[in-house]
Amino acid sequence: MTMTDSARATDQALDRLEAEAIGVIREVTAECRAPVLLFSGGKDSAVLLHLAAKAFRPGRVPFPVLHVDTGHNFPEVIAYRDEFVSSLRVELLVASVQDSIDRGRVPDPGPTGSRNRLQSVTLLDALAEHGFDAAFGGGRRDEDKARAKERLLSFRDRRGQWEPRLQRPEPWNVLNARIAPGEHLRAFPLSNWTERDIWSAIARDRIPLPSIYFAHEREVVERQRMLLAVGGPVVLESGERSTHEIVRYRTVGDASCTGAIRSTATTIDEVLAEVATARITERGATRADDTFSDTAMEDRKREGYF
Amino acid sequence: MSATQLRVATVGSVDDGKSTLLGRLLHDTTSIFEDQLAALSRASRRYGDGDGLHLALLTDGLRAEREQGITIDVAYRYFATPRRSFVLADTPGHAQYTRNMVTGASVSDVAIVLVDARHGVVEQTRRHLAVASLLRVVHVVVAVNKMDLVGWSQERFDEILLDVAEILERFGERPAVQAVPVSALLGDNVVARSDAAPWYDGPPLLAILEDIDPAPPIPVGARVAVQWTIRAGDYRGYAGTIVGGPLRVGDPVVSALTGLRSTVVRIERNGERAECADTGDAVAVELADDLDVGRGDTLVVGDAPVAPVVTRSVVADVCWMVEQPLEPGATYLAKHGTRTVRATVEAVVDRIDLDVLDRRPVERLGLNDIGGIKLTFASAIVADPYHVHRETGHLVLVDEHTNATAGAAVGRGRGGREPRAPPRGGAHRGAGGAPGGGR
Ligand SMILES: Nc1nc2c(ncn2[C@@H]2O[C@H](COP(=O)(O)OP(=O)(O)O)[C@@H](O)[C@H]2O)c(=O)[nH]1
Repeated sequence: MTMTDSARATDQALDRLEAEAIGVIREVTAECRAPVLLFSGGKDSAVLLHLAAKAFRPGRVPFPVLHVDTGHNFPEVIAYRDEFVSSLRVELLVASVQDSIDRGRVPDPGPTGSRNRLQSVTLLDALAEHGFDAAFGGGRRDEDKARAKERLLSFRDRRGQWEPRLQRPEPWNVLNARIAPGEHLRAFPLSNWTERDIWSAIARDRIPLPSIYFAHEREVVERQRMLLAVGGPVVLESGERSTHEIVRYRTVGDASCTGAIRSTATTIDEVLAEVATARITERGATRADDTFSDTAMEDRKREGYF
Repeated sequence: MSATQLRVATVGSVDDGKSTLLGRLLHDTTSIFEDQLAALSRASRRYGDGDGLHLALLTDGLRAEREQGITIDVAYRYFATPRRSFVLADTPGHAQYTRNMVTGASVSDVAIVLVDARHGVVEQTRRHLAVASLLRVVHVVVAVNKMDLVGWSQERFDEILLDVAEILERFGERPAVQAVPVSALLGDNVVARSDAAPWYDGPPLLAILEDIDPAPPIPVGARVAVQWTIRAGDYRGYAGTIVGGPLRVGDPVVSALTGLRSTVVRIERNGERAECADTGDAVAVELADDLDVGRGDTLVVGDAPVAPVVTRSVVADVCWMVEQPLEPGATYLAKHGTRTVRATVEAVVDRIDLDVLDRRPVERLGLNDIGGIKLTFASAIVADPYHVHRETGHLVLVDEHTNATAGAAVGRGRGGREPRAPPRGGAHRGAGGAPGGGR
């Protein structure tokens, strides 16, 4: 089989991105005492975990993965999480937002309130409890203006806060992972990836994904121009009407504020074609909580959000 | 034409229009999503100073930046044209954020040097040009901006190019230079050709970028700085990223620190078994013999055309990035590849004086200074001179007390060329001629 020039270019570009990510994963693993990989069940963390497995082949991934569970999950995602993680023989830890609520660490937002913001506390508590000093995340710079400024390594003080003015320079991508006791860092091996690169990697390596990334029929309600799945935390309010639509998800997050998009893409290739022509960013299309203010992401990062 | 991704850094002084130019590139290549455009027009009304879209707000994403109207940190943007894809690093112009400019430029194939046509080359432009040439960014594109405010004067454009050429001549190797007159605000010669300057018959900025071929590094022979040892049963593999050239199963290799030799018997390339891997690939290498190799050592292909230097001292040019001055006698941690060793500053040799464009002897280097230093290491490092090989010729100094990344240094090596004496009597025109603008 001969590849077209553009397919070969995509392939090479993906090789470069993979190698860079693997290099970051290995470097942080070597420099830090106790790393962990944050796994949400979304496509970015799936690619990240897949690359972590590649980084240490034929050996095993030498660190566990941590899922911060908001309790507002899509059941498909939890089933997928358990299967994918165990297929790689990696240890899975779950930190639950419900626990943080029960223990009074965070206020209860009620059964239908968004739990996205509460995740920060649950995450920081879990990092401290297990003594993790480095957490890998699937953040990409193309997601948001504040993320666009994040370095490969991002340092958090004892309260987990991010200070954008004090980021460490990373000339030649040399990573300085030294931290003081009680501090921790976040590492973003996928920093230079775009949504399209993520899908290209998923297509090339046939990386498993939760089924909700592909078109399916679902009962949804339109709220703030966003299609939310009815059920669980999303309850119809008076005057609202639900409809059955063919939808899929572009990101996976807390079910109370992650929107679906109308789509008929049922295969990876169809999704790739759709991503190539998308005119709205991933977050703009699917996250209710980021649209409130133009600096929403920066504010949450400062608080310690991933 | 090459379809590879091009890494571009925009540099220049504050207010020369870097953010506007980047916003213009993204806007005119329709790389902006609809919801971003909507957010931009909301933000333009709030922070902007005039009518219409305030393009700089696209990249100036942090709240403090919007409020002060400046760029604090590097913002990375990704976009593609039908011909190739780009990563643009928009780097800050303020002197106190020079460290961020160093970060952006160190990994770029091209630096777009923006100059405000009204003010010409100012101190910060000189600093950025000095950094770009010390870091050996191979291609420099001079974008003379705000040409609309100087009536698209060809004379002004030519004057600025002469100044830039002179500075680039002085530091490091002279990069390949192209130049283009633009108005980032109005869009002339950014993506589309403009007839505002009939005397300029070169391509617009985007076309210049699309045509640049990132220079392939000199094939010095494969080197793998060992990051981590992978163990699985009897298997023991050395994990790292290849630079310098290809590595094949069957190749002889040497551990640079111990001199011990062996042969490659198995390669994992980006996690998959492979017979051969090349520069840029993340590999795991299994050897025929059980050598005492670990993190910090470098495996070098046996018949490497250029042997790396195993050394305990180096003369380097450093960009100093913290408040605490760099003084003789101080010790730092030097990170070189995967090796971290204690380094002592034997001497501060000189400092580049950006006003007179010459090196002057000094006692210490302060924040944002660039100058020569002599370092000795507690144990040896495996280095190449920076001018021979960018990937293995740099090191980073870390302050072990604060953990701050304090300095970015490049080995001067043999070729570390001293700047020429400054021209006398002010008659400095014609030194090397103007960089060609496609004319
Ligand atoms: N007239 C004119 N003004 C420009 C041009 N490019 C930028 N500006 C203005 O110059 C100011 C500084 O631009 P900005 O992009 O924020 O500069 P930066 O600090 O280099 O990022 C803003 O008010 C811009 O609108 C241009 O080509 N012509």
